[in-house]
Amino acid sequence: MGVEIEVSDLNAWYGTNHTLQNISLRIPANHATALIGPSGCGKSTFVRCLNRMHETNPIGRVTGTVRVGPVDIYAQASPVEIRRRIGMVFQRPNPFPTMSIYDNVASGLRLNGFRNRKILDEVVERSLQQAALWDEVKNDLKKKSGASLSGGQQQRLCIARALAVDPEVMLMDEPASALDPVSTAKIEDLIFQLKSQYTIVIVTHNMQQAARVAENTGFFLNGKLVEFDATHKIFTNPTDKRTEDYITGRFG
Amino acid sequence: MASNVVTPPLRARTSNRLWRVFANHLATVAAVGATIVVMAPLIAIFFYLIYKGASSLNLAFFTQIPKPVGEVGGGMANAIVGSGVLLAIASLMGVPIGIAGGIYIAEFGRNKRLANMVRFTADVLNGVPSIVMGIAVFTLIVLPQKGFSALSGGVALGIMMIPTITRTTEEMLLMVPLNVREAALGLGVPNWRSVLSITLRTASPGVITGCMLAFARVAGETAPLLFTAFGNQFWSVSLNQPIAALPLQIFVYAISPYDEWHRLAWAGALVLIVLIVLSVALVRYVANRGVLKGAS
Repeated sequence: MGVEIEVSDLNAWYGTNHTLQNISLRIPANHATALIGPSGCGKSTFVRCLNRMHETNPIGRVTGTVRVGPVDIYAQASPVEIRRRIGMVFQRPNPFPTMSIYDNVASGLRLNGFRNRKILDEVVERSLQQAALWDEVKNDLKKKSGASLSGGQQQRLCIARALAVDPEVMLMDEPASALDPVSTAKIEDLIFQLKSQYTIVIVTHNMQQAARVAENTGFFLNGKLVEFDATHKIFTNPTDKRTEDYITGRFG
Repeated sequence: MASNVVTPPLRARTSNRLWRVFANHLATVAAVGATIVVMAPLIAIFFYLIYKGASSLNLAFFTQIPKPVGEVGGGMANAIVGSGVLLAIASLMGVPIGIAGGIYIAEFGRNKRLANMVRFTADVLNGVPSIVMGIAVFTLIVLPQKGFSALSGGVALGIMMIPTITRTTEEMLLMVPLNVREAALGLGVPNWRSVLSITLRTASPGVITGCMLAFARVAGETAPLLFTAFGNQFWSVSLNQPIAALPLQIFVYAISPYDEWHRLAWAGALVLIVLIVLSVALVRYVANRGVLKGAS
């Protein structure tokens, strides 16, 4: 099951560039939360702070607290532990190119030392079904490389790979921005189904997408969280003038 | 017609077109020509070796050891096996150290002084004349042990393999895209594990090519063996005894005054080049067997 995420006073830097400034918000469990805003506003950095990926960049730095469920991830856990509980899907599909479809999905468990083949088989099938990819690949699981699939299939493979380690939270950084409309629709259907079991945070440039999949939406601008509210409120009656300008297309 | 489309005068277009077609052919011819120039020496050497050496090849060449001066026949069985032993020692030493060094420079030592030093050292080591490598190992191993040995020869070749492997490993690892590394880290895989199981694995075709390059290069080395493995006219696979090697045997035979030995030297050179080609092809075959459909 998903858990709540509570962020308070989060600041992040790339070198001397203060990319995120005093972000505080509460992301409810088992819901989808969308983050919108123009390019460079800090929304990707924000999700990368939620699973401590930001600090894999040598010049990345973070202050503030992020609670995922009961755990303060910066004070009480190692980055490796945290990333096992928080799955991440990236903008560009990034299956492991030398691995088969099966090995890609099993990789999260295997690389952490899990070897039981029967359980691996089950997990791979369940994850691919959850990601709505099973029927398309079940005959080539071990024959084809993950890189041989189409872009949309690759992205669903990456979602299956993230689901296989049974996370509580799924972070999606523009998961559909490199895909065609048909694949995008499939990913959105998927998010819709997954949010009953996982807490989903999705970064998107596509405001219709945010409106379709997310209960709550946050609007970022220049490293600050301008407004965070129920999605319908953000899109119909935003409090802040800047949010309104952005969603009506007056800038950005 | 849209008025903002600029139409160049007809004549200019035609001459442009002719020029483009001509330039296209010119570039193709140049590329094909360069390919031929690159391949010509190899093919020439190969056929010359067959012409000179093939007639001396027979079963005895592969099964017998050299005969004393004056006797006809004999072979290089001990040298073939000796080269195998030397290259096995060299690979056991050079491949792991070389790959580990490349991993350090590319993955763990980025922008660190030690990594820059390792990289610089590897480049310098690559430029050290092979005879100097032989003398160095002579001083470090042969003198203290008071004797030439297979081990010292293998070590000399192994050291020569390291810089090539280190630098190719580094370059191949750096070519693995950041998003593949992030995929692994995002799954909660520890960094060291991600480097070994994901990055290195993704880069493995290139790393293997680097190892093969280094292997093929030292397989034909003579100079570093003169002061180390020394050569041996008799059977020996002992690590602390002098050992025969194909390049050494070729060298000894080639500078001798006897026609029979000259013929054997040609045959030896032919066998050496064929064995190198075969072992590279074998490794490539084994490495490619596991590659999946559509893998990149």
